[in-house]
Amino acid sequence: MASEASRGGSLANERARGAAQPAVALDDITVTFPLGDGGRFTAVERASLSVADGEFVSIVGPTGCGKTTLLNIAAGLLAPSSGRVEVFALRLPGLNRQAGYLFQADALFPWKTALENVAIGLEVAGAARAQARERAQAWLTRVGLAHFTGRYPHMLSGGQRKRVGLAQVLIRDPKILLMDEPFGPLDAQTRQIMGNLLLDLWSADRKAVLFVTHDLEEAIALSDRVVIMSAGPHARVIGDWQVPLPRPRDIAEVKLEPAFHALHRDIWQVLKAEVLKGYAQSGGA
Amino acid sequence: MSRTTLIILQIVVGLLAIALWHVFTTIPIFGVKLLPPFFFSTPADVGVRIVKWFVEGTIWRHLWITLIEAVLAFAIGSIAGVLIGFWFARKPVVAAVFDPYVKMINALPRVVLAPIFALWLGLGIWSKVALGITLVFFIVFFNVYQGVKEVSPAILANARMLGMNERQLMRHVYWPSALSWMFSSLHTSVGFAVVGAVVGEYLGSAAGLGYLIQQSEGLFDVAGVFAGMVVLAAFVIVIDGLVSLVERRLLVWRPVAPETQA
Repeated sequence: MASEASRGGSLANERARGAAQPAVALDDITVTFPLGDGGRFTAVERASLSVADGEFVSIVGPTGCGKTTLLNIAAGLLAPSSGRVEVFALRLPGLNRQAGYLFQADALFPWKTALENVAIGLEVAGAARAQARERAQAWLTRVGLAHFTGRYPHMLSGGQRKRVGLAQVLIRDPKILLMDEPFGPLDAQTRQIMGNLLLDLWSADRKAVLFVTHDLEEAIALSDRVVIMSAGPHARVIGDWQVPLPRPRDIAEVKLEPAFHALHRDIWQVLKAEVLKGYAQSGGA
Repeated sequence: MSRTTLIILQIVVGLLAIALWHVFTTIPIFGVKLLPPFFFSTPADVGVRIVKWFVEGTIWRHLWITLIEAVLAFAIGSIAGVLIGFWFARKPVVAAVFDPYVKMINALPRVVLAPIFALWLGLGIWSKVALGITLVFFIVFFNVYQGVKEVSPAILANARMLGMNERQLMRHVYWPSALSWMFSSLHTSVGFAVVGAVVGEYLGSAAGLGYLIQQSEGLFDVAGVFAGMVVLAAFVIVIDGLVSLVERRLLVWRPVAPETQA
């Protein structure tokens, strides 16, 4: 699909380009929620993270460590209790208009067909209906659902719904892509296919991606950088690894490379302790 | 179970009930009729009465009046329910202020309102329409309120991230969600519109199915009462069928409940 030229370009090049102006910069973010009994719950404490333009960054951490909270902060759906959020060097005033967000839960509009679901982002932005639908059709074709345009979400499988979701987000051409365990509920094979589809689409125009997952293998296979968070509450960023694997990658094949194994071992050593801590705190649930 | 067997079984149950009714009211068992025809009439008498009504054409006017009342009650009650349900759901302060009064009025048995409506609006159709509205309104109101309140947070967040403003949220998210809840209660609210009309007629009117039943009752004409009930039941089934048709058209996007295996 994408030309070799757009897939090429060394990592070093990209980092140099992105370093000037991060797409998303979270600086010293703390998030506290008031509790019912009058106390306060600190989900994330003094977390900092930045994503360069065109960079694919994954956040990995144990269950309940505030990964989603951090993503919602970057989306502007949630305001931090303290800290700065900058998008392309501008302070985020409210909702992040430059970002597309693929949610963990099913977030398609159940009363709209696949085509209408994908077209809606353009329609609300003022595009003519016919034109929006035409482009939605093209996007559904790109995600492999050309023949499912008239289906309502409940008539689609979990994987197909995620494809529609991906098209729904990408059709607006956001500069930043936020993804919250988007392939979590899918089975292993479908996850792999979706991962490759995502990399394929991403390599066409290299958006900045912030990808949340609890699956370390998935994170390494997809990303340029993997960020590890500690177990919550008071979750922080405790590790940051570059992924030295060349692109383009195939999710299944890249997992067989020695570099992948070495990195996985390194990161897992840090992550394991946090996962165990997370289990202990949640009572092993 | 196939559709044909189901329909056959449904018809068998109906015929069996009528047959039992016939046997107990006409054939003496040990010298007594278990159901005296004076109180229970007989299927034959009731049938003859119904045929007579339709042949003479007297029934059409009553059916028409009841239909008009039910349709008006349903339309006005639904529109009011949708508007106020939306308003309350989007303005929590308003909802909180009116909450006890809504509960109070809803807890009131509507039958006690019928004489008041008859006083205010006379014995014509409008007192019955008003009674129907008080029934339909609350069903639609509560469903729309719930529908707007219970839009999935993920869908709402998604809509906002896709760039929808408040007006677009209304049109693409809240409205369809509220409508789906309203339609899920369509059978109930249509049924209550008919109930409102018939009860209103029964308590004081000059036409309609409720009037017909009440008149027969006044004359100890049990066959007339039963005939009125049968016509009313058929009327409700026809309306319910129409509602199902509308529902199937408007809620195509909703998952059909999986068929249970017998």
